[in-house]
Amino acid sequence: MTVNIERTVDAARAAAAMDTAAAMSDPAGNVLEARGLSVYYGDFQAIEDVSLPVVRNRITAFIGPSGCGKSTMLRAFNRMNDLVATARTEGEVVFGGRNVYDRGVDAVELRRHVGMVFQKPNPFPKSIYQNVAWGARINGFKGDMDGLVEWALREAALWDEVHDKLGQSGLSLSGGQQQRLCIARAIAVRPEVILMDEPCSALDPLATLRIEELMQDLKRQYTIVIVTHNMQQAARASDFTAFFNMGERRQGYLVEYGATAELFTNPRDSRTEDYITGRFG
Amino acid sequence: MTPESGSQGPAPDRNGHTVIGAGAAARQVAARHSRGRLWLAGFQAATVVAIVALAALVYNVTSNSMGLIAYTVAVDAATLTAEGVSVKEMRRDEMVRILESRLSAQRLRVLDVQGPLAQRSHGELSRILEREVIRPKVVRSFGALESVFRRAEIEAQVGREHPDARLTWRRWWDWQFVTSPQSSYPEFAGIRTAILGSLWMIAITVAVAMPVGVAAGIYLEEYADRGRRINQLIQTNINNLAGVPSIIYGILGLTVFVRALEPLTSGAALGLTDPTTANGRTILSAGLTMALLVLPVIIITTQESVRTVPPSMREASFGLGATRWQTVRHHVLPYALPGILTGAILSVSRALGETAPLVVVGASTFITTDPTGPFSKFTVLPMQVYQWTSRPQDTFRDIAAAAIIVLLVLLLLLNSVAIVLRNRYTVRY
Repeated sequence: MTVNIERTVDAARAAAAMDTAAAMSDPAGNVLEARGLSVYYGDFQAIEDVSLPVVRNRITAFIGPSGCGKSTMLRAFNRMNDLVATARTEGEVVFGGRNVYDRGVDAVELRRHVGMVFQKPNPFPKSIYQNVAWGARINGFKGDMDGLVEWALREAALWDEVHDKLGQSGLSLSGGQQQRLCIARAIAVRPEVILMDEPCSALDPLATLRIEELMQDLKRQYTIVIVTHNMQQAARASDFTAFFNMGERRQGYLVEYGATAELFTNPRDSRTEDYITGRFG
Repeated sequence: MTPESGSQGPAPDRNGHTVIGAGAAARQVAARHSRGRLWLAGFQAATVVAIVALAALVYNVTSNSMGLIAYTVAVDAATLTAEGVSVKEMRRDEMVRILESRLSAQRLRVLDVQGPLAQRSHGELSRILEREVIRPKVVRSFGALESVFRRAEIEAQVGREHPDARLTWRRWWDWQFVTSPQSSYPEFAGIRTAILGSLWMIAITVAVAMPVGVAAGIYLEEYADRGRRINQLIQTNINNLAGVPSIIYGILGLTVFVRALEPLTSGAALGLTDPTTANGRTILSAGLTMALLVLPVIIITTQESVRTVPPSMREASFGLGATRWQTVRHHVLPYALPGILTGAILSVSRALGETAPLVVVGASTFITTDPTGPFSKFTVLPMQVYQWTSRPQDTFRDIAAAAIIVLLVLLLLLNSVAIVLRNRYTVRY
């Protein structure tokens, strides 16, 4: 399968610009919102007092130098930090009208609505079909599983490549295909938000481009938050960007948040400008 | 021309370019290589020592377990029939006739009660004939190697010392040895009782230790909060228990299973008491004691296998909204299974070879009846070996060596099962 890179990039850019304009005109629909969020690992403070919205059906990118707490921030949204024994969270993340860190909120239920795609493609050592079906099944899906698997694989733009080998191991696919399989797996649970933690860092440029195209398709139905080290990726693929930096105690903090076009062309903060022009980081 | 620099320096030629193979750098590399060769020689020597020790063990066991024996008989088989044939060639009716004429009426009655002579198989009849009429007795046995290389000397020596003895080659570990019960005549003794006892005990050990050990390992690794002092205490204790001498488990088993829980372990509470074992010295007590012995090892190997599950698997599972149990059931356990099974089988191998705790728990030293269930009296293979080696007669030492071979074969079988299981269920990434 050949991909005309230039054309797709242009198309993606155009679509992103249009969508961003639409989002700016309607800034109301926040699906997630962090309010004064701080996360600690033991005595170490990983992020400090971050407040930012995640706009529905838009792509929000987190950028910043290594170790500035982008991933921790992302994982705070679906409480994946709970899995680290020493992790402690202060502040609020509002989702579905509640603070997800309230006592009564079950992290398992939250993660069913806020799915995740990881840095390194991590399909289960099961067949392609089972990879997609498993999440839906454990969440109690009782309907037409074959239909769901096909739908999720089509949504993840993987169906054409794997429809005749659904019984093969998910690990037999290439890196880019594995990552799309992981996206299909996340989609099959029908979440509202998909968190992506540097999903392209282990992929080649072509596979990266396919994921970026896919994100543009997915945002019609889902909200996407993506952590990326690649500023070009943030610039071309996201609608909103949050720039994080590291303080003198190595704690991450939010420097600037805004519409991507705005932040990259006309940053308000000099640190943002230094970072995006490559002066540090 | 630049002067030759320190030990690290290259050896430049007239133009200042490096010349490979000459100068201080080359000498320094050669010195490093020779130091390396010294270590290599040390490693090879260590390996040779290990191989020699292993070879000595194998030699010792095989040498005792077969070789020439000099034996005497009470009655020569050739004199029993008119044709003068060997026992193998006799017909069944001939053998029955010989037995009826040679054995006492009382002995015949006993044999008839066990099964009428006329209906017994050829093999059975010939064994009775051997044991009760011909009565071979080993007067001298020789090691395998000397039997092969010094046959003439042995023949001369036997002719001198035991003029009425015959010399023959005997391999003690044959099928009859495996299938015969214990006997006070080493010539006829076998290890069926001990093998059955070992298998029964292992079955109980596995049935108890596997589920408990795996469950505890999963709890400690997946669920328990490692930050809490009580869990750290438990972990430290389990690690230490794995190194406790086995005899101490024997004392524990004696106190708890044989004495305190006697009504249960003797089967009395269930109304299943075997009249010959009106106490707790049963297979059940032994199996439970062994289960305690291997439990720490199973817990630790389970924990280690669970720990090898990549964190990315857990994250993927939790990220989809799986509960901890779903994650454990569908991803952690399948991935850790080969390791868990390997650990379990290796600890079973250990239980199979243990003797000390069973001495304390009360394995029988001489028993001819097969165990019929968990409440039977019993003995096990290493017990049998221990008991035979402590006898003064040479022949008992020979059959002890044969029993060791059977035990080693059993252990090798178990280990190969472990390898097959590991290769079969290993998930590759």
